[in-house]
Amino acid sequence: MKTIILIILGIVIAPVLGGLIAGLDRRLTARLQSRFGPPLLQPFYDVAKLFGKEKVVSNFWQVFCAWIYLIAAALSVGLLFAGSDLLLVFFVQAIGAVFLVMGGLSTPSPYSQVGSQRELIQVLTYEPLLILVFASIFMVTGSFRVDEILAYEQPLLVQLPLMFIVLGYALTIKLRKSPFDFSTSHHGHQEIVKGILTEFSGPYLGIIEIGHWYETIFILGICALFWHTSLVGCVLLIASTYFAELIIDNTMARMTWRWMLKYVWSIGLAMSFVNLIWLYAG
Amino acid sequence: MFKKFIGNSRAKSPWIMHFDCGSCNGCDIEVLACLTPLYDVERFGVVNVGNPKHADVLLVTGTVNHRNAKVLRNIYDQMPDPKGVIAIGACGLSGGVFRECYNVLGGVDKVIPVDVYVPGCPAKPEAIIDGVVTALAKFEGLKG
Repeated sequence: MKTIILIILGIVIAPVLGGLIAGLDRRLTARLQSRFGPPLLQPFYDVAKLFGKEKVVSNFWQVFCAWIYLIAAALSVGLLFAGSDLLLVFFVQAIGAVFLVMGGLSTPSPYSQVGSQRELIQVLTYEPLLILVFASIFMVTGSFRVDEILAYEQPLLVQLPLMFIVLGYALTIKLRKSPFDFSTSHHGHQEIVKGILTEFSGPYLGIIEIGHWYETIFILGICALFWHTSLVGCVLLIASTYFAELIIDNTMARMTWRWMLKYVWSIGLAMSFVNLIWLYAG
Repeated sequence: MFKKFIGNSRAKSPWIMHFDCGSCNGCDIEVLACLTPLYDVERFGVVNVGNPKHADVLLVTGTVNHRNAKVLRNIYDQMPDPKGVIAIGACGLSGGVFRECYNVLGGVDKVIPVDVYVPGCPAKPEAIIDGVVTALAKFEGLKG
């Protein structure tokens, strides 16, 4: 019973929180660019407007894939809130990511095709890192279950500082921030028109946007696991991580997928390796 | 209530798309000036998108000729309803100084329906923002 309540709580609260974070993101980004920025609730206005627009679809698969993306993202957040198995949460999340790519590939538009291929490479880049983060959490706490991880008496950050940075790479890719925003991009940025989202429009773009809020909360929730012992520490950690993302987004140029694959895999795997050796030896 | 929220949101989140229909770049620079920190139209939720499928408002600068009329028509048709069109600058309104040319059709309204006309050569950023706000009144009229 408690699990079901937690799942529903997660599914209801996450998009509200995700939308507010997206609004804060746009406002802070504007301030960093010495602009004033839109109101905090702007992402909600955008999505509401998108739901009020005419439905224009190229084929049935776009609709199907947009919905699966939303459902998978919502379910992964719900399962995470309910204290389920991290691996299960991870695979549910991966289904959503792959279906978004399939939706992009279902149309013949070259922008959508190129964007989808790039998105696939991004998925390929962050998934092994995410698995390594989960594996190292398992090595410290002895469990993949979130509720058992939460029972661990010490913050994970103490033993896994490098893994947290590795998770930061996954977060940057997932949030579509520079230098990794080449499959599609946020705010007013344009990259190969809008990359994977080019052919999605109206309500279906709104659905994907809500799915994206869920995914933001999903990754930030994983970040929160690194300092689960105190609420203040947890909030502080998430806030500083997100602010670091904004700084990175505003100071970095957009790079290519080759650079991303080389850089993120080499640095990410090296850091995971060092952290795991340190954990094992120490 | 939900319909009302959508109606409000339409006015609060107009995503613009800018099409240079053979302009001299004067008006284009003024359009982009609206997005700079000085005017910062993102305050009003305006985002400059490059994709007609995501756009709500189409800003057209420059004269229409036989060659680009098809392109303009195509872009307009790709935008999902509800949508607005703003013609910017003397050329966009009537063809301007080029209206007598053998290849020029005239203003934007010869090809697609225009909601708001923003005069000027080039149009001032303030006038363009005013034009967008006027076009939003059309969206507000759609409130359920």
